[in-house]
Amino acid sequence: MRHVLFAILIVLFSQPVWAHKPSDSYMSLIVQKSQISGRWDIAVRDLNDAIGLDTDDDGAISWGEVRTNQAEIASYAFSRLKLQSSEAICAIAIEDQLVDHHTDGAYAVLQFTGICPTEIHGLTIDYRLLFDLDAQHKGLLRLSNETLTQTAIFSQESPTHSFTMTEGSIWQEVRQYLREGVWHIWLGFDHLLFLITLLLPAVLIRKDGQWKAVPDFTTALREVVCIVTAFTVAHSLTLSLAAVGLIWLPSRLVESAIAGSVVLAGIANLYPRITQRRWLMAFGFGLIHGFGFAAVLSDLGLPSDSLLLSLMSFNIGVEIGQLIIVVGLLPLAYALRDSSSYQPLVLRAGSIAIILVALIWLAERALEISLFSIQSFV
Amino acid sequence: MNGSRFIMVLAWMGWLMFCQTLVASGEPFRPTDDRLVLERLSFNPTNPVAREIRALRSSLAKNPRHLESAVHLATRYIELSRSEGDPRFLGQAEAILAPWWQQSNPPPPALLLRATIKQNAHEFDSALVDLDEVLSMQPSNAQAWLTKASILTVQANYDDARRACQPLARLTGRHVFLACLADIAGATGESAKSQIVLRELLDHPRLSASERVWISVMLGEIAARTGDAQTADRSFSEILKTGVKNQYLLGTYADFLLDRGRHRDVVNLLQHETRADGLLLRLAIAEQALNLASFRDHVATLISRFAASRDRGTNVHVREEARFTLVLLGNPRQALPLAQMNWKVQREPADARILLESALAAGNRDAAKPVLDWLSINHVEDRRLQHLAKLVQQESR
Repeated sequence: MRHVLFAILIVLFSQPVWAHKPSDSYMSLIVQKSQISGRWDIAVRDLNDAIGLDTDDDGAISWGEVRTNQAEIASYAFSRLKLQSSEAICAIAIEDQLVDHHTDGAYAVLQFTGICPTEIHGLTIDYRLLFDLDAQHKGLLRLSNETLTQTAIFSQESPTHSFTMTEGSIWQEVRQYLREGVWHIWLGFDHLLFLITLLLPAVLIRKDGQWKAVPDFTTALREVVCIVTAFTVAHSLTLSLAAVGLIWLPSRLVESAIAGSVVLAGIANLYPRITQRRWLMAFGFGLIHGFGFAAVLSDLGLPSDSLLLSLMSFNIGVEIGQLIIVVGLLPLAYALRDSSSYQPLVLRAGSIAIILVALIWLAERALEISLFSIQSFV
Repeated sequence: MNGSRFIMVLAWMGWLMFCQTLVASGEPFRPTDDRLVLERLSFNPTNPVAREIRALRSSLAKNPRHLESAVHLATRYIELSRSEGDPRFLGQAEAILAPWWQQSNPPPPALLLRATIKQNAHEFDSALVDLDEVLSMQPSNAQAWLTKASILTVQANYDDARRACQPLARLTGRHVFLACLADIAGATGESAKSQIVLRELLDHPRLSASERVWISVMLGEIAARTGDAQTADRSFSEILKTGVKNQYLLGTYADFLLDRGRHRDVVNLLQHETRADGLLLRLAIAEQALNLASFRDHVATLISRFAASRDRGTNVHVREEARFTLVLLGNPRQALPLAQMNWKVQREPADARILLESALAAGNRDAAKPVLDWLSINHVEDRRLQHLAKLVQQESR
C-alpha cells in the first residue's frame, strides 16, 4: 500500500510549483596578464549541506556561523576548483569572504586571486563543486579579459571547460572605441549643448537685421554641414595632437573653456551681429573641445600598440554620435522654423537657458566648486 | 497601439529593467552583526524529518552501494522536493543514485526514480524510455504504470495513457485504477462520467489523506473547466479547510479565483507564498487587478527569477514565463514563442490556454491551430478554451 501511496503523490504533483530554484553557483573571473581576479558566489544552503554550518542547531544560518567557518568554506570550495594555464596549475590566494543576496537567498561571496606562472593565453577550468551531493548543481561562469567576455555552465556532465584568451580582434577593439565615442558625445552634455546652440539658428537666415526662415531645406543643410564639418575638423586635430602627447593643456582650463564656449555660442545667438560666420566659431571652439575628448580617451587607457586605430575609432564614434543628433534635430527645427514661437521660444529663450546652465558650469569648473548637483550628470 | 500608450509601455519596461538591475546587481557586503540570520533551512535539525534523513544518510554512508537504502533515501528526497517545493532535493536524490545509473543495466528501482526525476525536469520522452525498461523487467510495477499514464496524459497521448492505466485494475486498489482513468476522461469529453466516478471514490472510507486531496483537486478542476463554479469552489475550499498545504492545490484554486474575478481572495490565499514562482505569479496578477503597491516589487522579483532560470539553461518554467510575459508584461509577441515552445513539451488545458491567449493577443491565428486541433480531436470540455477558440475563429473571418 505504501508503494501505491507514493505513486499517487507523483501523479498529483505532475506539475511541481517550485518554491526555490535549483542549486547554482556564480563565478566571475577577470584575466589580466598572468593574474585572475575572481569572485565566487556559493549558496549558504549548499555550503550547509556540504560542510554543515548550523553549529547551534537552530535551523538558521547566521553571519556568525558563516564567519567562523570561513576557513572550512574556502578549503571545501577551492579543493573543487582547478585553474590551469598552459599545463601549469595556477595558485589561488583567498582575498576576502563577504555575503550577497541572489533571487533565492543568501550566498557566501569568495573573493580570490589566481596567480599563474606565465601570461595567460589559454585557461582550463575544472569545476567539481557539489556534484557529489547534488547532481543537478550548476556553476555559471563569466570569464572576461580586456576585450572579451565568455560564459560557460559547469555541470556534472561537463565539469571542464577550456578557453582561449585572445588578445581581442582588431574589430572588437574598433567597436569598443566607436561605442565609447558615441556615448561620450551623448553623455557629455557640454559638447552636445555647444553643437545644439550653434545649430538652432541654422534654419534661419539673416535679412535686413532680422531673422527669417530659410526658404528651403538645402540652405539649412548647407549651413549645418559647414558648422559640423568645421567642428569635426577642429576637434579631430586637437584630439589627435593631445592623444599622441604633442600638446597638453591642464584639464581645469580645458573644462572651463568648454563651458565658456557654450556661453559665447548662446550669446552669439542673442546678438547675431557678433558674427555671421558660425562655422568659424565652431572651428575655434572645436579646438578646445578636442582637448576634452582627449582627456576621456586617456581615461580609457589607450593601447600603445594600436594607438592610431583606437584614436580613429573613437573619433569616428564621436562623429556618428554627432550625426545622429543632427539628423534628429534638423528636421524638427526645419519644420518649426516658420512658426511664430520658434524665434522667441526656441532660439531666444532656449539660448538664454543654455547660457545660464553653461555659466554655472563655468563657475564650477573655473573655481572648482559645486554650485548644483548638475555636475554629477556630466 | 497609439503614441501615448506606446510611451507608457516603454516607461513601464524601463522601470522593470531598473528594478531588475536593483535586484540582480547587489554589491557583496560584510554584515556587522554575527546574529544576522542569512538563511533559514527547510528543517530545524531537531525536526523528525531532518532526523530521519540524517539517519538514512549515515546508514547509507556506511554502505554507499546498498541499493535498498539508497532507494529509500532518494524516495524520501523526491517526496521532500514536492512538499517543500525545493528542486535541490531532486538533485540530491540523483546524486545518491548516480552509482547505479552509470551501470549498463540499472536495477528497476533506480530506473524508476530516474524516470521520476526526469519527469520533473520535463524530460518526458527520456522518462518514458526508462519506464518502459522498468516495465520490461517488472511488468507488474504499478508505480511505473501510473507514472507512465501521468506522463502520457501531459503529452496529450490519451489512448496510450488509458492503456497504461489498465494494468492498475489488477495491481492496485480499484480506486487508483479508476482515478487514473477519470483524470484522462475529465479532459477528453467525459467530464460528467468522470465526476460521478470521482465522487463515488471520495466516499471510500479507506482513502488516505493524500489520496483524498488528489481526487478532490481533480474534481475541482473538472468542475471549473465545465463552468460549475459552485462545485469547484466547494471541492477546493473543503480540502484547504482540512489544513493540507499543497502548492499544486493553491495554484489551481488561485487560477479558479482569478477567473471568477475574486482577486481579493487570491491575495488572501497567496500573500505569504512569495517563494514559489508559480504562486507569486498568480499573486502578482491579482495585485495588478487590485492596483496594490506590492505589485511592482513582485514583478521585479519574477523578472529576475526567470532570468536566473534561463541563465542555468533549463526551461521548466516556460508555461509560467509565457503567462507572466503575456499577462503582466503585456507583451504578446514575446509570450507567443514561449507558449509555442511549451506546447511542444506539455499539452494540458493550462498549456492550451496560454497558447490560445498569446496567439489571440499577438493576432497570430496560425499559431493557435495546434490547440484548435487538439480541442476538436479530443472533444475537450473546457468552457474557457472553447470561448477562446471561438474568438480565434471569428478573428479569422
